[in-house]
Amino acid sequence: MTDIINLAGVSRMFASDPPVAALTDVNLRVRPGDYVSIVGPSGSGKSTLLNILGLLDLPDSGTYHLEGRETTRLDDVTRTALRGARLGFVFQSFHLLAHRDVMENVMLGDLYTGGRRRDRRERATAALDRVGMGHRLHFRPGHLSGGERQRVAIARALIGTPALLLCDEPTGNLDSVNTAAVLDLFDDLRAAGTTLVVITHDETVSRRAGRRVRIADGRLTEIPVAAEVTVPLPVLGGTR
Amino acid sequence: MIGRRRLSGIPISRLDARDLAGEALAGIGVRPARTALTVLATVLGIGTLVTTLGVSATAGNQIAGRFDAVTATEVTVDVAVPASPDSPPAVRWEALDDLSRLNGVTAVAAYAKTAAGSEASVRANTVRDPERVLDRALPVAGSTATLPDAARTGIALGRFFDAGHIARRDRVAVLGAQAAEQLGLSRVDNQPAVFVAGTPFVVIGILAPIGRADQQILAGSVIVPFTTGDETLHLGPLATVVITTALGAAPLIAQQAPAALSPNDPAVVQVHAPPDPAGLRTGVADDVSGLLLILGVVSLVVGALGIANVTLVTVIERTAEIGLRRALGARRRHIAAQFLLESTAVGLLGGIAGASTGIVAVVVISVARDWTPVLDVRLAAGAPLAGALVGLLAGLYPALRAARMQPVDALRGPA
Ligand SMILES: Nc1ncnc2c1ncn2[C@@H]1O[C@H](COP(=O)(O)OP(=O)(O)OP(=O)(O)O)[C@@H](O)[C@H]1O
Ligand SMILES: [Mg+2]
Repeated sequence: MTDIINLAGVSRMFASDPPVAALTDVNLRVRPGDYVSIVGPSGSGKSTLLNILGLLDLPDSGTYHLEGRETTRLDDVTRTALRGARLGFVFQSFHLLAHRDVMENVMLGDLYTGGRRRDRRERATAALDRVGMGHRLHFRPGHLSGGERQRVAIARALIGTPALLLCDEPTGNLDSVNTAAVLDLFDDLRAAGTTLVVITHDETVSRRAGRRVRIADGRLTEIPVAAEVTVPLPVLGGTR
Repeated sequence: MIGRRRLSGIPISRLDARDLAGEALAGIGVRPARTALTVLATVLGIGTLVTTLGVSATAGNQIAGRFDAVTATEVTVDVAVPASPDSPPAVRWEALDDLSRLNGVTAVAAYAKTAAGSEASVRANTVRDPERVLDRALPVAGSTATLPDAARTGIALGRFFDAGHIARRDRVAVLGAQAAEQLGLSRVDNQPAVFVAGTPFVVIGILAPIGRADQQILAGSVIVPFTTGDETLHLGPLATVVITTALGAAPLIAQQAPAALSPNDPAVVQVHAPPDPAGLRTGVADDVSGLLLILGVVSLVVGALGIANVTLVTVIERTAEIGLRRALGARRRHIAAQFLLESTAVGLLGGIAGASTGIVAVVVISVARDWTPVLDVRLAAGAPLAGALVGLLAGLYPALRAARMQPVDALRGPA
């Protein structure tokens, strides 16, 4: 079975003053159905990695195969198409449109990918049912709790049946109760076969994943499952 | 729906036109008050233009309406009196032949006439009523035989004189209907005579009412052959040329008449032709509405700048939304199309509101002035389109800015 993600020798350098090596020689393979968490302190390169995985940014060197297809040499239009059709995003700040109701926000996930208009509403309802938000179809995001908003955002990512769900600090803005609800949802999705990459600086969130990868100063190291208990909590605001 | 496939085998992102329209409308609807304020200048501009053009078309129509088809075929030429009685006449009677050959001329006549204030004393010999004043001071015209046609009149009784009477210098006279009444003549079969300044003339006909408004004086005149008139009454050289033309030919004939009548000195003749209705209409447009038109265009430019400015602000406010849409698979052109459509729709709204306001204004002004409002369909339909065009142009730069944003930067939200 082809890997969903195969990063080989990926580096990303920001030409600021002084230049920042946000990612250095990163190698990562994610198989279908994996639930991978990437944990690391602030400024360690987590968002940079997610942007590259999400085809929102290009690495300076190395290759990125998504579902067996080399992506770093594709043109912008094709990468955009691939992003819309094969990837789902969940952001820390939800990125819901405040003036559109829950249903419309979810249907947005299907707007550009050629999904049939006729049954878009049904598919949005199904996605919302899946995240347990079927009872809030016509609420504005402003009237939802943080956890509910994130579940709507997850439904928006799921409507396009993505090969990979990329989550950047999905629980960063949530309290412990809402965090637990979102993490339970991730467990359900994983059980249903969704491939998940969750970026977090929160060890408790990270521990729920099947595979854990640590990032520090732009370098990745896989955390062996057996070593889980001995890993010390990261120091907040750790070294860059 | 099967998308277009590229070499990579991935169907490229697409956006249904209905979805695009829905997104754009939702975008405008987010801030109705701001949208309303944004379109105000456009409403003002389009409204001013529609009102100005509509009112000038309406006013032009009123002026044009006063010229019926008949007046537009009448030309009169006044010939200056020669400086001294001995100098050669400015226009010779023979010149009328040249004039009548011009294309578009249907009838030409000319006459010499007693000056106002020195009318001739005219008396009829049939009056038996002693109570009646016998002598009348009446204008006398020495005319060519073509006068009834040129002056749009006919013969009520008897006949008009002909070329033979003119050549023989016969002492015959035709009376205008009013003149005949004043002289107490109601029949010509008994060959009544009138004495003009003491000279007897045989009355051979009485004119019907005069059709031409500018020749009503003939109704009260005694008309004699110009040869006889010059010889016995010293009426002098021809002073007035009366021309009727084919429909629409009057302005052209008015232009050509001086050269045909007086090739050596066209300036001695003065032509009276109906004003060109088209010229009048543009004249009104030029004078009354030139300034308003400029005002309307300026308002439109202000409107365009307003829409451009607000769209740019909107684009920056919605940076994160742009990033999200790119993450969801929107291409640059989908982003650009959405903001272009939003600004175009705002412009269209302004155009519709402006056109409606303008049309109401035209109707109100027309009613106030007792005019029939003239509403050009092209104007009513074109105005909203002009508004849309303003919106489209105004949206170009903001849409380009939105499309150029990098998804990664955009997702971070406005700086
Ligand atoms: N566009 C950029 N230009 C210059 N430097 C950048 C840029 N984006 C990120 N960086 C730098 O790259 C490094 C990694 O940034 P990144 O956003 O990936 O960190 P992160 O792990 O997501 O941090 P956090 O947990 O705070 O979100 C940081 O030092 C950051 O300052
Ligand atoms: Mg980050």
